[in-house]
Amino acid sequence: MSKRPLDTDPVATLSAPAVEPANPSAPRLMTLNMGPQHPSTHGVLRIMLELEGETIRKALPDIGFLHTGIEKQCEVNTWQQAVTLTDRVDYLSNLSNNLVYALAVEKLLQLEIPARAQWTRVLLAELTRINSHLVWLGTHALDIGAMTMFFYCFREREDILRLFEMVSGQRMMTSYIRPGGLALEPPRGWDKAVGKFIKAFPSKVDQYEALLDANPIWKRRTQGVGFISLEDMLDLGVTGPMIRGAGLKWDIRKSEPYSSYEKFTFEIPTRKENDVYARYQVRLAEMRESAKIVVQALEGMPGGAWQADAPHVVLPDREKMKTQMEALIYHFKIVTEGYRVPAGEVYQAIESPRGEIAYYIVSDGTSKPYRVHMRTPSFGNLQALPVLLKDTLIADSIAALGSMDFVLGDTDR
Amino acid sequence: MNFLILSLIKAAVVAFVLMTTLAYLQWIERKVIAHIQLRVGPRRVGPHGLLQPLADVIKLLTKEDMLPSHVNKPFYFLAPFIAVFFALIAISVIPFGTEITIGPVKTAMQLTDLNIGVLFILGLSGMGVYGVALAGWASNNKYALLGGLRSSAQMISYELPMAMAIAAPLLMLNTLSFRQLVDAQGGYFFGFIPRWTVFQGPFPQVVSFILFMIAAFAETNRVPFDLPEAENELVAGFHTEYSSMKFASFFMAEYANMVTVSCVATLLFLGGWQPPFPEQYGAKFVPSLIFALGALLCFYHGFNPARPFDKITLPVVGVVFLGVAAAFVAPVISTILMPLFWFAAKVGIILFLYIWVRATLPRFRYDQLMRFAWTFMFPVAVVNLFVTGLLVALS
Repeated sequence: MSKRPLDTDPVATLSAPAVEPANPSAPRLMTLNMGPQHPSTHGVLRIMLELEGETIRKALPDIGFLHTGIEKQCEVNTWQQAVTLTDRVDYLSNLSNNLVYALAVEKLLQLEIPARAQWTRVLLAELTRINSHLVWLGTHALDIGAMTMFFYCFREREDILRLFEMVSGQRMMTSYIRPGGLALEPPRGWDKAVGKFIKAFPSKVDQYEALLDANPIWKRRTQGVGFISLEDMLDLGVTGPMIRGAGLKWDIRKSEPYSSYEKFTFEIPTRKENDVYARYQVRLAEMRESAKIVVQALEGMPGGAWQADAPHVVLPDREKMKTQMEALIYHFKIVTEGYRVPAGEVYQAIESPRGEIAYYIVSDGTSKPYRVHMRTPSFGNLQALPVLLKDTLIADSIAALGSMDFVLGDTDR
Repeated sequence: MNFLILSLIKAAVVAFVLMTTLAYLQWIERKVIAHIQLRVGPRRVGPHGLLQPLADVIKLLTKEDMLPSHVNKPFYFLAPFIAVFFALIAISVIPFGTEITIGPVKTAMQLTDLNIGVLFILGLSGMGVYGVALAGWASNNKYALLGGLRSSAQMISYELPMAMAIAAPLLMLNTLSFRQLVDAQGGYFFGFIPRWTVFQGPFPQVVSFILFMIAAFAETNRVPFDLPEAENELVAGFHTEYSSMKFASFFMAEYANMVTVSCVATLLFLGGWQPPFPEQYGAKFVPSLIFALGALLCFYHGFNPARPFDKITLPVVGVVFLGVAAAFVAPVISTILMPLFWFAAKVGIILFLYIWVRATLPRFRYDQLMRFAWTFMFPVAVVNLFVTGLLVALS
């Protein structure tokens, strides 16, 4: 029970109150180490809490348990090999990461991407958003004690993963969106499978809402919990559903459209309440909007090429490779050496399910990136944690943590 | 001497049945929750996972018994014993059926007919807090301590509305012995409405039944009041530091409490083993009918098997069901089985409710739960008790 000094380094600031005046009436704090194996920190996040009773007086996140050096690994791989690393950054929204990397590299290459590839990318990005929000909703409800939601959400997620598997051969590590277009042409019957899923999906969202929204315990646990002012969030670099739940209508899909998002009609759902419940409502509404975008993309899908007309970047198809000398040379060059990207630097941001994800890429004109910096939404959002958790109950901390929707792979990279 | 032997036999039977019930209650819970959650539940050990409880028991018995170095040893060992002792002993005053005669012996289906049975149960449930509180304290673990504190506070808070909810039907029936309570609930109004406490005049005890059930969920630490062991916040709450059989003791205590509370609810409010409608409307044939229907269903699925081995297992189960159905219409056995059936059916429905709620509801927050106890449950219980007392005095 006595306050023990914390021995790890990042905690130096936390143990500062050790010099507090010898005031016998001052509350005695208990230090609780939550994580990295704690079931509710969603991965390997460690939070050091100072508790007064069950109230958190100070919270300090300790990240880095999932650090895999992805940014550095990008520098020793060729441009097209680095795509596979972006999958592993945020393993719940891998296609968003593929997309932002591809967009950044294409900016450097100044490639023109055919409409069909762009629309397919939008479709996949929105399916990814639904996928990620489903995982979030399931685990968040599980934290608050509603076990069954988890399985219902994963039922739909399984369908989405099957769709991903149909196009890319992989359920999670898709690497399907690549600089220059798509990895493969979507198989026959894929659009029908997507149409079937997306037609049934809104009713599933209604089902989730009926299970949770009609429940007074759920509302009591989420309403008015996890408040953090919009100013604080903007100062700390929080993006995504968190700030939209506070009423700020900020979405890169609208403000800086990419991959022909400007051709789709959709709303940016916002809520004013700025609590866990508002974030939950925002995400549910986003799932519905994403479903609308997918339907639009399916119905208006243009035909034509699914890869850019850039033989020096895009692998030629087998037929050409076996019959044309030039195609064979390009194939050999791309596979052995990789394509060269003109020297320069580029910053590309998109709206991932978690918020603003941006890659800052520097090229020195060789076939490998000079630097790939990732501005990931989980990292930005997690910075708000000390402010968010201050003076809340432990039980609320679980709800508040869940509402941030961070992925530790995305944070640590 | 005769009394001693009889008591020993009865104790052996009750203990065996109770232990089996606890083990299979857990199997049923896992199966029901699994089906609610789009899963299939235990399937590997035995047909439809029916031997899973046995496997669990063997696993827990043979598992290494960890003794953390930082615990307060005497209390650490004492806590699971206290929890399981007070949970299991409560069954001794619960009657399961009417008096029966086997040959020369005439006995009640009950271990002991204590004339203050209801008070005894209340006292035991109060003692059960010690197990949890001591476990949390002796573990010297922060999560366990928080869990233990929460649990003690919660159990003490909900004991009050629970006791008041129990007091209201006692006022009406004017006895503290479970056997007399059930006898007082026999018979029917207008020939078809059972005189159970929930329906009985002058003041049907619906409110106290609901209050009692809510308090019972809280007493037994079940969802939505399972804060002491809220696994997402406090790892495993008060039993974080316990492993193997000591953990199993807490587990068993929780399920034993569930069974006890369901039995008490049945005896106090739902008329114990009194059938829900009179015999002239065919109450005698309901059990046979249910088991016969079950047998038919088994035969149907046995002949249209979904899985290859269903061809063998389901008809066997069907034959067993038919045998049970026949036993319920057999002359001598049926008089013993009939009250048991109605009692078990009512307890079973309440236990199913527990499981259903667990799969459906999220969990309260600690302060919300305490506020709910003191600002809603307690006043309602007081008013209910007052109104009941007034109406009983006037009538």
